[in-house]
Amino acid sequence: MKHLLSAGDLDRDDALAILDTAEELAQLAERPIKKLPTLRGRTVVNLFFEDSTRTRISFEAAAKRLSADVINFSAKGSSVSKGETLKDTALTLEAMGADAVVVRHPASGAPHRLAVSGWIRGSVVNAGDGTHEHPTQALLDAYTLRRRLGSLEGRRVAVVGDVLHSRVARSNVLLLHTLGVEVTLVAPPTLLPVGVQAWPCATSLDLDAVLPKSDAVMMLRVQRERMNASYFPSAREYTRRYGLDGRRLAALPDHAVVMHPGPMNRGLEISAVAADSARSAIVEQVSNGVSVRMAVLYLLLAGEEAA
Amino acid sequence: MTGDGHAPGERATAGWLLRGVRPLGGDPTDVLLRAGRIAEIGARLDPADTSGAQLLDADGLIALPGLVDLHTHLREPGREDAETVASGTLAAALGGFTAVHAMANTDPVADTAGVVEQVWRLGREAGHVDVRPVGAVTAGLGGQRLAELGAMAESAAAVRVFSDDGHCVSDAVVMRRALEYVKAFDGVIAQHAQEPRLTEDAQMNEGQLSGVLGLRGWPAVAEEAIVARDVLLAAHVGSRLHICHVSTAGSVDILRWAKAKGCDVTAEVTPHHLLLTDELAATYDPVYKVNPPLRTAEDVDALRAALADGTIDAVATDHAPHPVEDKETEWAAAAFGMLGLETALSVVIAATVETGLLDWAGVADRMSTRPARIGRVAGQGRGLEAGAPANVLLLDPTARTTVDPTGLASLSSNTPYAGRVLPGRVVATFLRGRATVLDGKQA
Repeated sequence: MKHLLSAGDLDRDDALAILDTAEELAQLAERPIKKLPTLRGRTVVNLFFEDSTRTRISFEAAAKRLSADVINFSAKGSSVSKGETLKDTALTLEAMGADAVVVRHPASGAPHRLAVSGWIRGSVVNAGDGTHEHPTQALLDAYTLRRRLGSLEGRRVAVVGDVLHSRVARSNVLLLHTLGVEVTLVAPPTLLPVGVQAWPCATSLDLDAVLPKSDAVMMLRVQRERMNASYFPSAREYTRRYGLDGRRLAALPDHAVVMHPGPMNRGLEISAVAADSARSAIVEQVSNGVSVRMAVLYLLLAGEEAA
Repeated sequence: MTGDGHAPGERATAGWLLRGVRPLGGDPTDVLLRAGRIAEIGARLDPADTSGAQLLDADGLIALPGLVDLHTHLREPGREDAETVASGTLAAALGGFTAVHAMANTDPVADTAGVVEQVWRLGREAGHVDVRPVGAVTAGLGGQRLAELGAMAESAAAVRVFSDDGHCVSDAVVMRRALEYVKAFDGVIAQHAQEPRLTEDAQMNEGQLSGVLGLRGWPAVAEEAIVARDVLLAAHVGSRLHICHVSTAGSVDILRWAKAKGCDVTAEVTPHHLLLTDELAATYDPVYKVNPPLRTAEDVDALRAALADGTIDAVATDHAPHPVEDKETEWAAAAFGMLGLETALSVVIAATVETGLLDWAGVADRMSTRPARIGRVAGQGRGLEAGAPANVLLLDPTARTTVDPTGLASLSSNTPYAGRVLPGRVVATFLRGRATVLDGKQA
């Protein structure tokens, strides 16, 4: 594997290899010195065309724990509006000798362009592109689910909210399906993409009908300004119909897990009661993110030497 | 200026004897071009009668009437880095065209007699094809206020086609007035059918793939809603309407219905919408980004069928040159549009002739006769008959050419066919009897 651009690029063995490697690397976090020499002398560039402190520091911690040199390149606003092209940025990074480029970009497909353009030789890791994909988020979600539930095969996961604009939802549908999970997307009809019927998952417009059958529920962030584009009438109505409140939390099976990729809009898609409950794995998702991203960098960079 | 619009000096050539050529793919015959006209067509013309005409061995070549493009972006004035009138019209000639309609979305916009006359004059000076400027419908393509349509019609450029192409005339009242107003000089409004609110920031065909790729969708209904509205408006006011670059099966259905009702509506389809599908967006390579977007295979089939049965009248290239920096970007940041002039005939052959949908006469009708009629282009689209202006192209139908973006005459290289092998090669083009292209190269 040279790049990680889409969760759909991973077959079952690839995905399990990443999750299993992450398990091993997670044990490192429990040691006093949380560092392996594996990627010493390698350079990982975090190329962020869009603000995401959480994802960036997660990748940064992952790379540093593997002893890679990390360069943070924040290019927000410089790509299109100020005339520096994706190509020029890529050529700059190539000149600096990047072995891996972790890219977050507001345009869907930008990591794909970087990977196939020939502008850079290093590996490209998609850290979220537009409304397309966020494969390491899906990997850390699968990892979190497997830890909480013990297994993934045959489990049922509801992904709830703004599927239309969610790269997290797209990557999760692809990855969880590969891993044998039955995914149900739940959203108002305005926030389900055209053609979602062809995705490897079920869809529902009724959250209350789905919750009692779910082993986990993944709440997606909903931007308040969506109501200005008539995706839904008001934040209040959205919360009433699709928010995870205390009542809906109680409708979940006892073992069910509550997840959210963050950052949360408390009181909109998820209530404080649900977010802070014992079923919530939201904080674990963050710490698991580091282990999973270590595994990805390890398998992309160290694996390439072994091959 | 000569009376029928010929550029100075065109009469100087002694003519051409096209030996053994197959007009519209028919039996081999000789065709004599002289004094700007097709002087004679005969099985074996006596060289003594062709006094001084140059002999061109056209054995195996098909003669078609010079192609007429209703939809070309020549980019001049304003974006001479992408294309000029001279480079774009040379590309046109190499593609077998003898006339092109230069779209109005230049900078400054072609919304005054001054700009359309400038473009027309640049075309005459280049001399590769007849350049027919298209006038903007509204001032500055703003969609609010009519441009001086009458002044453009009366100018030396004699504009007959008006379009805000790139923008839809979305205001129903402005569209109605424009349709009515151009009746005074037999003009036609060529509508870029795109409901603006349904296509804000749209990137590709809205369908199964746009959802997967996370690219904002351009739904078919945004085109079809405007096509439906405008055929009804045109019928209501009794005007002529032309629909640019029809891209969906639904638009075809509406056009078929409108024509059956007797509406005076015509339509064009681009070569790329006859061959390529939205699957190409999965590459995220903006060379496939175009407006309207590439659609589904079902749409392609419907467009081919509509061109074959005449529901769609014409093929028009929507030749849209862009410099490298406007395409070598992430998809969303890239400009819409693709080159078309130099590959149009080959693509049409692949999509319609090789599939048995059109014969050569059909190709001539859809790429020359009907577009010339829609644009009211005098001296073009008159077919291959003795006495007609000698606008002729010679095609080697057996040739297959690999498209090389660096080998095009256009200043830009944004062809979606790079590396593809396409059928047919334009060997020669004659504009009123003067060779503009010989042996596949500028004459």
